Formats: sequence, structure tokens, C-alpha cells
Amino acid sequence: MPNESIWVTKGMPTITVLDYGRGNLKSVSRAVEYCGAHCLVTSDPNEVENASHIILPGVGAFGDAMSQLRERGLIGPIQAYCLKNRPFLGICLGMQLMFNESEEFGLHFGLGLIAGRVEKIPETAADGSFHCVPHIGWNTLCEGRADWAGTILEGVPMNGSVYFVHSYAAVPESAMHILAYTDYHGRRITAAVRSGRLFGCQFHPEKSGVIGLNIIRNFCSL
Amino acid sequence: MRVIARMDIKGPNLIKGIRFEGLRVIGSPQHFARHYYESGIDELLYVDTVASLYGRNSLNDLLDFTAQNIFIPITVCGGIRSVEDVHLLLRAGADKVAINTAAVKRPSLVEDVARAFGSQCMVLSIEAKSVGGGRWEVYTDNGREHSGQDAVEWAMKAEKLGAGEILVTSVDHDGTRKGFDVGLIGAIVSVVGIPVIAGGGMGKPSHLIELANKYPISAVAAGSALHYGNTTVLEIKRALAANGIECRMSPSG
Repeated sequence: MPNESIWVTKGMPTITVLDYGRGNLKSVSRAVEYCGAHCLVTSDPNEVENASHIILPGVGAFGDAMSQLRERGLIGPIQAYCLKNRPFLGICLGMQLMFNESEEFGLHFGLGLIAGRVEKIPETAADGSFHCVPHIGWNTLCEGRADWAGTILEGVPMNGSVYFVHSYAAVPESAMHILAYTDYHGRRITAAVRSGRLFGCQFHPEKSGVIGLNIIRNFCSL
Repeated sequence: MRVIARMDIKGPNLIKGIRFEGLRVIGSPQHFARHYYESGIDELLYVDTVASLYGRNSLNDLLDFTAQNIFIPITVCGGIRSVEDVHLLLRAGADKVAINTAAVKRPSLVEDVARAFGSQCMVLSIEAKSVGGGRWEVYTDNGREHSGQDAVEWAMKAEKLGAGEILVTSVDHDGTRKGFDVGLIGAIVSVVGIPVIAGGGMGKPSHLIELANKYPISAVAAGSALHYGNTTVLEIKRALAANGIECRMSPSG
């Protein structure tokens, strides 16, 4: 059952947050509720079919997450849902899972919602000097090939800061899918992607303060 | 540079001492946490000072409040002894944990936590006192027990075990607001490749600028200076920006 929340706003949809045993569900669902929407945390494939908005969170390793999705029978329903171009948001590992494949701990197939692969962030900065991987902390969003108007990033200030924690990054085949990137010591890292109404954030909007809440609110309004 | 508010929690109260002693009640942690969040703090660090003695009911209430109202990374420190403790705190809404005493007693805990949840959530907390001659000794149990362990060697070892960050707090300087133990923090920053959070002693932004100009610290943990209003989040960030040190400027930008 959806949580009854004191913040629920009339006309806001129910956001289905997929629970596959990984990921910080509490932060994501609280942020959704804070934005005035209902939240349904579920691992039931039937709920995917009926959902109006889906968030796929995720912390952990790519291959393990795909196994968890497979065990729960979620892969087919997610793909079918996305084929209908209904609102979908992958967060952090959830965004990486949207791509074809990842090289994290061996090669693993992803959901294949957007063409491209997930690769390790280079261990050195663009000038060859050492830098920390994982990339942890606040970093700024820069506009990619795609325009932010009408997307989850609408109203986000250029160079607004959001919170990242990751060692791998998505490399979409077409730059047209890159909504935003971030600069990590001269390395251009995909920060947000878009294909129709399917979106992905490498950063954690639920941990990115007012800007992050704005992004979640935009998603709820799609 | 990340600016972190360090909030020492005892039961339902935000408290602060000087050199870990003479603890004074400052106010409601919920009130301060929300205020710092709205002021643009980058992270919050909750230090549960009596976790080992009274259980965690008050901390859980605080984490619950935080999960519903505060949308930035939260680190919890104090009384964490096992992978299971970490699991419970992450489920309660923490993003990272910082461990001191249990890690000193059983270094493999650092490895176990990093393996189970990733290095990004395993922060090693080092609380150290100067023993002279450019050396510092690790203290545990809120600055009460000395360990015989050299702080710089312990930092290097913990990095190898999988710690993702190191929070360095000078017991001698903590709560004094007279400035950091630059020697201690510099000695550790110079030997590890993971982010170092400087703590213990900041009284005003110039203390931080002085330290950051000398050593590449990643973050600062400020307690008394913020709680007592000696400085503000905005003032710290303005000082950083004015000195060409990158930081997140405002909560909305």
C-alpha cells in the first residue's frame, strides 16, 4: 500500500520505487514524499506494469544488481514499461543499469534501455596526475548535448552542485542522450541521461539538497 | 572542499566539550541540523557520544527526523562495533559510518565494512594527541584511552584495509576554537591518497584557509565554531571562494 504522508499533494502521482534488495530506499522514498507525491516501495513485477512513474535506485555492484532484478522477475516488466516511454528515473547504479553493459567485475549485460556502456572512471586526471576514484562529493552540472527544458533538470542552475559517489560511469553511444555531464579533474563524466521520458542521474538527487529535490519534483510532474 | 557540521549527540541533546571534556548542552540537534542544512552545509556528522552506554534510541529518532527533512549525506560515528551495527545505521538513513575505537581494537573491521558496503561508506575516525617530536598517538573511547598506536602509521594501514576517508581530530585542539593541529593533519594528508577531513580546533574561517593553503584536505568538520556562532556556513564558504578553493556555494546553487 502507498504510504499515507502528511505532505501528499493532490494531483501528484504515485511513484513506484523498485526494491531489489540493494540501495538506499529510505532516502529516496522520503525525498519523493517530501516533494508531495505518494511512494510505493515494491519488488512486485505486477506493480511495474501498473506504475505511472518508476524510480530504480541502487548502490552496489552492477552484476549483482542485475542478478537481484532477474531473481525477482523484474527485468522483462521494466523493459516493457520503458518501451511505452513512461516516466522512468534510474539513480546512481540504477542509471548505469539502463545501459547495455558494464565492465564492473567482468562484463555484465544491463537493461539495454539506452545504447552505451559503463566503464571505470580513469585513475588519473586529464593532466596525468593521480586523482581519487571513487569520485565522492559535490560536483557541478554542465549542460550536455540535450536541452534541459521540459526535462528533470528544468530550473536547475547551470553549474549547480549535486552529490556523487561512484567508481564507474556511463558512456552513451550517442551524445544526444547526455543531458548533463560533470567535470572531474578534466575527465568529462556523464551526470544525467535522457531518452524520451526515461531519465538517469549518476548523482544522488535525494542527497543533493534543494537542487536534488527540484529534480525529483520535476520527475514527479512528468 | 566540503564543509561538514560535526554534531556531538548525548541522549536528546547536542553537546560540545573542550578537549573532549566538560561537555555542555547546546540545544536540540534537530533544530541545529535543519539550520545547517538550510544554510548550505555539505554534510552532517553525528557523533553519538554515549552509544556504548545507553543504546541508540535518541540517535534513531534523530536519524528518522533527518531522513524526512534533510537531503544531504549523513555520517554517523560512535559505538559502532560490527558489520551488523553498520547495516542498521545505513538502514536508518545514514550514508556513511565513521569508526574509531572498534577499528583500533580490531583493524579487520575496516576491511569487513568496506567489503560489505563499499569504501565510500567506511570513514576511519582518528582521534589523536601529540606526544611531542612530531608524533601523535591514537586515542579511543572519546579521548579517554590511549592505544599506543602511532596516528600516521594507523592512517596508512587503514587506507590499505579499505577506509574510504579519514576524519582526523586533534584531541588537544578539539573545542578550543584556537585553530587546527596543522602538524597532525598535514602528517596524515601527506601519506594517504584518500580524502582527509580536518577536525578539532577551528574557530574561524582563517584557520581553515591557513590549513588548506598548506595541505590538500578534502573537507573540514566544524563543531564549536558553528554551534556557538563564531562563524557561519556562508562565511566559511565565502572565505574559501575568496581564496580560490572550490566549494559548493549555496544550497540552491
